[in-house]
Amino acid sequence: MIGRRGCLRLALFLCLAVLCVCGSTLAQSGGELRFCLHSEPKTFDPLLVDDDSSLAVRYLTAGVLIRSNRRTQALEPELAESWKVAKDGKQITFKLRHGITFSDGSPFSSEDVAFTIQRLMDPALHSPTGDAFRSGSGAVSTKIIAPDQISIVFPAAVAGLDRLFDQVAIMSAHSPKKTAAVLGPFMVAEYKAGSTVLLRRNPNYWKKDSQGHRLPYLDSIRLDIQPNRDVEMLRFKRGELDLINVMDSEYFDRLAASSPGLAHDAGASLDSEFMWFNQVANAPIPEYKRAWFRSTNFRRAISQAINRADMSRVVFNGHAQPAVGPVSPANKFWFNSKLQAEPYRPVSALKLLQSDGFHQQSGFLYDKSGNAVEFSIVTNAGNKPRERMAVMVQEDLADLGIKVNVVTLDFPSLIERISQKFNYEAAMLGFRNIDLDPNGQMNIWLSSAENHAWNPQQKSPETAWEAEIDRLMRAQASTADEKKRKESFDRVQEIVADQVPFIYLVNVNALSAVSNAVQGANPVILAPQTFWNAERLTLNATVQASR
Amino acid sequence: MIVARKFAWVVVVAVCAASLAANWLAPTGYAKQFRDAPSATPSAQHLLGTDELGRDRFARVLYGTRISLLLAPAAALVSTLLAALVGGLAGYLGGIWLRLARGFTDLFLSLPWLFLLITVRALLPLNVSPLVSVVITFFILGLLGWAASARVLSTSADALRNSDFVLQARASGLHGPRLFLVHVLPNLKPVLYAQFWISIPVFILSEANLGILGLGVAEPLPSWGSLLRELEGLISFREEPWRLVPLLLLIVVLTSFQLLLSNEEVTA
Repeated sequence: MIGRRGCLRLALFLCLAVLCVCGSTLAQSGGELRFCLHSEPKTFDPLLVDDDSSLAVRYLTAGVLIRSNRRTQALEPELAESWKVAKDGKQITFKLRHGITFSDGSPFSSEDVAFTIQRLMDPALHSPTGDAFRSGSGAVSTKIIAPDQISIVFPAAVAGLDRLFDQVAIMSAHSPKKTAAVLGPFMVAEYKAGSTVLLRRNPNYWKKDSQGHRLPYLDSIRLDIQPNRDVEMLRFKRGELDLINVMDSEYFDRLAASSPGLAHDAGASLDSEFMWFNQVANAPIPEYKRAWFRSTNFRRAISQAINRADMSRVVFNGHAQPAVGPVSPANKFWFNSKLQAEPYRPVSALKLLQSDGFHQQSGFLYDKSGNAVEFSIVTNAGNKPRERMAVMVQEDLADLGIKVNVVTLDFPSLIERISQKFNYEAAMLGFRNIDLDPNGQMNIWLSSAENHAWNPQQKSPETAWEAEIDRLMRAQASTADEKKRKESFDRVQEIVADQVPFIYLVNVNALSAVSNAVQGANPVILAPQTFWNAERLTLNATVQASR
Repeated sequence: MIVARKFAWVVVVAVCAASLAANWLAPTGYAKQFRDAPSATPSAQHLLGTDELGRDRFARVLYGTRISLLLAPAAALVSTLLAALVGGLAGYLGGIWLRLARGFTDLFLSLPWLFLLITVRALLPLNVSPLVSVVITFFILGLLGWAASARVLSTSADALRNSDFVLQARASGLHGPRLFLVHVLPNLKPVLYAQFWISIPVFILSEANLGILGLGVAEPLPSWGSLLRELEGLISFREEPWRLVPLLLLIVVLTSFQLLLSNEEVTA
């Protein structure tokens, strides 16, 4: 006899079993996920990807050896079962998984990895992904140890070597389909220029869920090419789209007001907004202004006189955080936690200026030679948040008696002024950081770099602190020891906070939208924010039936 | 019609007076940021609420009206005078001059305006005050906006050249500039007026569009163009109807200007 309690247990067990079966049926039920790309993908060759739309397609279709988990920021094995980086940082050895085939059925082996690396490092290909691996002169060699084991040797140490493989899509060495043969969860099935990219599930995808069901759950993903954000929002509200990957705060708040459950704020992203002063020695600006801009006290004072908290609250409706420095606090490993965002301190700012000989008279600020302090901030036209930030800086600095002229220019004219003619005084721009590793910022911090915005392409460092940054950046790039690299880059962040070559303003939050139809979504700060786990996303049955 | 014209006069005078009295009607000014109240709804303190930076929208509408009402007609005047010079004279002279002028205006109309304006803006100095920048903006618009009007005027002047009364004047011994000034130009007046009034809203809207490209009125100075830019991305008017005030004001003022035109000018 089964007692009453036993009956209850049995009923509970049966209910759970039914739920599990239903759940797994639902997970396997397929369907088509829909969202927008904001521009045409420039290429479907995964090694030539350099734009957001192509990046999205690559993320969904490519198989990589190592994947950086977008939520934990930790590295996870994918096609490689395990890997080992040599102590000198010049060599990495992969142990590959068995029994994996490309979407066209051709088998995956170390030959494919060798082929991909040789193609990636071919100077004639000009692969943007390959550039990150170029650490020194000399060729990169591959050594196939076994069909499931391969070693790659670089001419010099590559810092953060394993993390770079997150971007390397493994291509087939033998498939006649070439780039169309993929190892990722989806494959490109159809492309209508200016309209749609249709991805279908890869029937040979190797990954399975915990219950042994082959991933991905979705049958297809339709990427509509739609540059207009208003249209994207309207289509999302009408239920025609399931995701909006990146939103600005205005759209986000509008959506949050009408459908709070659909809007997701994942917190501060890696992206930062900042301004800087022109310190180029031969720039066509008055000598007295160059002297202001080259004064550390002047730059510090301006930084202290800007109310970042107000900026975050007013311009981004609270969906931004006052920025600390070149690394966002969202970058868990590389952020120097000893540093804090510069607080709003107008009184201290005025004292700093006075220590440099500036003085106030009739509400205006003058330097020690009697020149009224006035400068222009150039920024790109059409970017509303940036224009508003510039106007807030204008008002904050007016309190110190500084006159700021805000000038918005079309992007090509702006770039020409700040990187070729150097005919500007201050500039405000944003930095879209997709790389967690500081090596991605080498082209900004080295004094000889083109993107060393405040004073680029120096033959030798013009200041002691720039020389020190050069040394530290090179030191962190030339070792595989993560601890030593972190120490060096922490010091770089401290120097930047002290010398203020860039005045960091805010880190914008990662804002996205996910419809109720999508199950399993967990928006994060790293790109691709909403579909980083696309292989495990499902759609509810009602939506599938309606499509 | 007389009542409508009287009403139009009242509107135009009232709007002009209000914009001139902006300092008194909106003492907070157009640039002051009330950062604790961004995008606020209308209240006793802010009659039309505040914009995204917390600036009083009522003050910005008044100051913006002052700028646009002063500078858009000035730009329209510049462009109409240029159109009269090129189109009127070419139509009056006829023959090769007319063909040359039409070819030139066609060429000018086919120029990629926006790229031209972007180039002009890129060449301007950066450290100019917002007021100077707004004057430059409208002046450039005036200089570049004459071609379409010139096309219309050349056709009208061409028709006048072959009209009976001009033939009679010629037969009576009237030639050259005198014939143009005494008989042709007065008859072109309705067309000139019409082109002038038509140009005003065109320039206001052009300035709004140019703002997106960086050639508009520099911050923090407001203009109708920059105020209309606030409507960008506005999905529901019902939620924030007060944001439509600049648009309604533009419609009311321009309609009033049209009503002030005499019948024959309207017909032209």
